[in-house]
Amino acid sequence: MPSVSRPLSLVRRATNVCFVGLSGLAALLVLAPLAAIFGYLVYKGIGSIDWAFLTHTPRPVGEAGGGMANAIVGSMMILGMGSIIGVPLGIGAGVYMAEFGRGRYVTFVRFTADVLNGIPSIVVGIAVYAMVVLPQQHFSALSGGVALGIMMIPTIARTTEEMLLMVPNTIREAALGLGIPQWRTTLQVTLRTASKGVITGTMLAFARVAGETAPLLFTAFGNQFWSVKPNQPIAALPIQIFSYAISPFEDWHRQAWAGALILIVLIVAAVSAVRVVTSRGNMANNA
Amino acid sequence: MSIGPNSEFHSLLRFQTPTVQAEGQEQAVPATGSHAPRIELHTGKLSKLMDFLFRKSLLTCSISVIAVMALFFYELITRSKLSIARFGFSFFVGNTWDPVSGDFGALPFIYGTLVSSLLALILAVPLAVGVSVFVTELCPRFLRGIVSFTVELLAAIPSVIYGLWGIFVLAPLLHTVVQPWLSQYLGWTGFFDGPAYGIGMLAAGIILAIMIIPIIASITREVLVAVPQSQREAVLALGATHWEMVRMAVLRNARAGIMGGIILGLGRALGETMAVTMLIGNRPEIAKSLFAPGYTMASVIANEFSEAADDMYLSALVEVGLVLLIVTVIVNACARLLVWSVTRGYSARNNA
Repeated sequence: MPSVSRPLSLVRRATNVCFVGLSGLAALLVLAPLAAIFGYLVYKGIGSIDWAFLTHTPRPVGEAGGGMANAIVGSMMILGMGSIIGVPLGIGAGVYMAEFGRGRYVTFVRFTADVLNGIPSIVVGIAVYAMVVLPQQHFSALSGGVALGIMMIPTIARTTEEMLLMVPNTIREAALGLGIPQWRTTLQVTLRTASKGVITGTMLAFARVAGETAPLLFTAFGNQFWSVKPNQPIAALPIQIFSYAISPFEDWHRQAWAGALILIVLIVAAVSAVRVVTSRGNMANNA
Repeated sequence: MSIGPNSEFHSLLRFQTPTVQAEGQEQAVPATGSHAPRIELHTGKLSKLMDFLFRKSLLTCSISVIAVMALFFYELITRSKLSIARFGFSFFVGNTWDPVSGDFGALPFIYGTLVSSLLALILAVPLAVGVSVFVTELCPRFLRGIVSFTVELLAAIPSVIYGLWGIFVLAPLLHTVVQPWLSQYLGWTGFFDGPAYGIGMLAAGIILAIMIIPIIASITREVLVAVPQSQREAVLALGATHWEMVRMAVLRNARAGIMGGIILGLGRALGETMAVTMLIGNRPEIAKSLFAPGYTMASVIANEFSEAADDMYLSALVEVGLVLLIVTVIVNACARLLVWSVTRGYSARNNA
């Protein structure tokens, strides 16, 4: 029998089936914890969210009842301050890298941004503590905002850059050829063309820092009482979840689940909104 | 990345129409005057000035990235001087962590960080590579989007929620089911020995593994996609089975990139704080058994930083942070270089 038409050996066929099966199994094993986490969150959390949870501040230690209203508002304040710092700097850096940067300097910035992305959030917390909290002499909402803002910069910068690089050069040339100055070309033509991708990157960075706890531990610090002052310690959802989860009280465990469910709903809503917006548009990455 | 030429053209058109109409109200370019012909816009002094300012302010933004990195190093080095001067190298080999007598050695934390991260890598790498191969090479098209979206979601879950789930679901499960089984069959190795609380090194390693899978998987997917289609076709045409194609044409070509993804995952695992703090048991001990509690560099900072009263204590904790910073910078730099070396030919710039 000529070798070309020889059927596959049993061993090769078995190996093939075996490894294809294993990779499918790996996919299942990766998805299992996700299902378990979401299932538990909904199961434990949904019964615990009530009006009081959303509108009340925490009760004294060990007393049942109360809610996380201050933490929800606090988180939004910190995130707002973080975005004010992180979004313009991040987008600006990204635009510079994509539009003006040539050569070594930009490669260096890009590399630094990537490395900065991988720095543990707890280290960001220490650095901001040394930069903002120590000179101020006390913990504050503002320092929490600075910490989250700093964490947003590299992510937003890199995605902005990548999105702008996908805009064809002919578009820039067309705008410049019409006599439009560089700055308006960049802002109103290039950035606008890539706006969907840039918004995606910004929202993903926002979702990422929304759940950060470690950098807030010694900047925003947490607060059992109602406070919206930017230079005072402020409560935040992730810190509250953390301290309730490691507490010995049954009722606080319940509230930790409820807080976690609210946090994850906010984050997943942000991520899915982005997914829906981008998959409809022209800048969708065909992953 | 697919970009339809038509839609780009449309967005350009969309831009032009309103701007031309709004010319009269344009406040930013009064030098050209509202009646000036459009063609002269770029010759105006003001627009040249604007160009200059625009460029410089963007440059400032990009400098901020480098400034942040430099500030991190500066702050951490100056704030840990006290402890560096006092303990020197013995900080890294010292076994005692005693805030009361002011004696600080970080070895138990370094050990805990390394062991929990390695454990996480051992568990996560096969799964992450498996799921990426499944998504890019084997699975039916309609599943592809769903699986990769779900893996992305895994990355979006905050660390503190992993910790919460770990405390109330994973740890009891380990305590009642997994650990008795492990100690019965593998207890003789010494790694699965002694009292099992559920919470401990093993729990921390497992939760870390779940957390780093999405990072390794997304980088791996990226480099697998970057392998040219012709490589696959060539191997298949020679009569290879699907698995042989993946092994010879895909995985072999993507080796360096996958390695980069793994190192990136390692970087994340080394610095991960909240989930580990909630699950590792927080006891500065070096034990062979994975059931025993441990302590990591990140979690000692999280637990003790805000209550560190005297300067030496604070300085020692900042030094732990500095070590963490230096290690993660090195690890991430290596990973990035590896990933860049593989995917460079496929970057967005070349696609544009």
